[in-house]
Amino acid sequence: MLRKNGVVKELYKNRILLLMLLPTLLYFLINNYLPMIGIYYAFVQFDFNYNLFKMDFVGLQNFEFLWKSGKLTELTLNTIGYNIAFLVLVNVLSITVAVLLSEIKGKWFKKVTQSVLFLPYFVSFVILSVIVFNLFNYEQGVLNTVLQQFGAEPVDVYSKPKLWILFIILFYLWKNFGYSMVIYLASITGISEEYYEAAKIDGANIFQRAWHITVPMLKTTFVILLLFALGSIMKGQFDLFYQMVGNNGLLYSTTDILDTYVYRSLRVTFDMGMATAAGVYQSIFGFTLIMIVNAVIRRINKDYALF
Amino acid sequence: MKIREDSATKWFRLLAYTVVLAGSLACILPFILILSASFSSNESILQEGYGFIPPKFSLEGYEIIFRVPGDVLRAYGVTTFATIAGTAVGLLLMTMAGYVLQRRDFKYRNLFSFLIYFTTLFGGGLVPYYMLITNYMKFTDSMYALIWPSLMSPFLIILMRSFINSAIPDEVVESAKIDGANDFTIYYRVVLPLAIPGLATVGLFLALHYWNDWFSSALFINDAAKYQLQFYLYNIINTSMFVNSIGAGAGVVLSEGIPSESMKMAMAIVVTGPILLLYPFIQRYFVKGLTIGAVKG
Repeated sequence: MLRKNGVVKELYKNRILLLMLLPTLLYFLINNYLPMIGIYYAFVQFDFNYNLFKMDFVGLQNFEFLWKSGKLTELTLNTIGYNIAFLVLVNVLSITVAVLLSEIKGKWFKKVTQSVLFLPYFVSFVILSVIVFNLFNYEQGVLNTVLQQFGAEPVDVYSKPKLWILFIILFYLWKNFGYSMVIYLASITGISEEYYEAAKIDGANIFQRAWHITVPMLKTTFVILLLFALGSIMKGQFDLFYQMVGNNGLLYSTTDILDTYVYRSLRVTFDMGMATAAGVYQSIFGFTLIMIVNAVIRRINKDYALF
Repeated sequence: MKIREDSATKWFRLLAYTVVLAGSLACILPFILILSASFSSNESILQEGYGFIPPKFSLEGYEIIFRVPGDVLRAYGVTTFATIAGTAVGLLLMTMAGYVLQRRDFKYRNLFSFLIYFTTLFGGGLVPYYMLITNYMKFTDSMYALIWPSLMSPFLIILMRSFINSAIPDEVVESAKIDGANDFTIYYRVVLPLAIPGLATVGLFLALHYWNDWFSSALFINDAAKYQLQFYLYNIINTSMFVNSIGAGAGVVLSEGIPSESMKMAMAIVVTGPILLLYPFIQRYFVKGLTIGAVKG
């Protein structure tokens, strides 16, 4: 009782602060916490005519259908597989380019190229679909125009699902690597010049300095970015996949992820049972993964843990 | 010794210039491709395909758009309104939240911060969210559906908190308090003016998000007159793809006929133009935001 009074007293003392925070708290309550109740949709027979608690309870039937559809393994593997590929490649690429860019002396050149490398992050994903269309369109696409100029046969890439693994990864890098490169560049700027001076006196050349000083100094930044990315390993890049592939069924085997599957079930095929079950599976699986990763990191180094 | 180091440096620089230049080209060429196609005549695209230089310079793509500009202007209006309203309201709420959450004498700040952060770890998923917005909030086909979903994000609130925390020393708040200012006055008179660089950064992140949003339209808008700009473009590209693939159909997008290749590309330029024009001036704010976000975690 005493403790409770303490809480009320404390909150009353800071009532203006609390009042200023209140709209934000309400927003997250409605926008993010309220839908958590909606997980119950996965356990009912969906019907647009009724409200949630008047629909027929069907237990795990929706999950059973989802499991029997045989898509679950493929969707999970695609989602996690792409995320791991993105994670590894985007970090390797952005660290490499950041290290190289940081050693360039021309101020103007450096500024302009950094801006250009960061540019794709700013355009919408719809533009990405325009670019993909420009490149791969069978009749007028750049790819086929170039192929024909060299006397080769045109290729219909929209019927070659394996190629799209490469395309999706390449466009992910194109769109996102500038973002992490900017972060790495900032950390490089923060490295003290003394290390480099000392290494120079010891006779280390520029390759050795980059590899033995700059790269190790980026470890903290890398771990932070890694953890943020791991936190969303079950969430795909919905915008990227949907804008690149759309509703092209020929490519689903290699490009369908949980997010696109849920969206399609909700808005294209109207299979609400599947959509809710897949969504809940994604949320819970993802959350469990984060908890495990966080616990492991806590063991290794407490400072790096997410929470 | 000296000479060897110099040659290593030379090779390193050569490598650096090559890689950075190649990367920059890869980033910019796709835009050149769109730009070039938008200034080509439709016929030349159909005959020679897309290329980096217009085979036959023509403004016909833009002419088609601006002959009947009603639709694209309306889509511009929708996106502009959502961007301005959403950014203004979002900024107001997030600056207040960021200020409160960094006040050391606010005892429950960590609990509240965690409650906000937790939403990035776990959520109900797309279907419950869709039902919330359409069935319970009744936002279908309204501007609220375009503004509400992106109003605030945990990332931006945390960024705002770090900004205010580093821009305003605790002593400033303390002395204002001693002078008898209440917490809101401190926020309004002291914190806001000092946090303007932070406001610009967070505001631009938010505005960019609103400007590039197409998903809210895809989910919640059925009335084509209320499509956001990006979704309007998306529909033009995909409608014409569809029309091309069945090889027939007229008057799908414009009463004039099938959107031509050059018109689609011109539309892409019209839609992205503002971002590309503003980009040189705004990108440093994003760089700053990322730097602060990364340093503070």
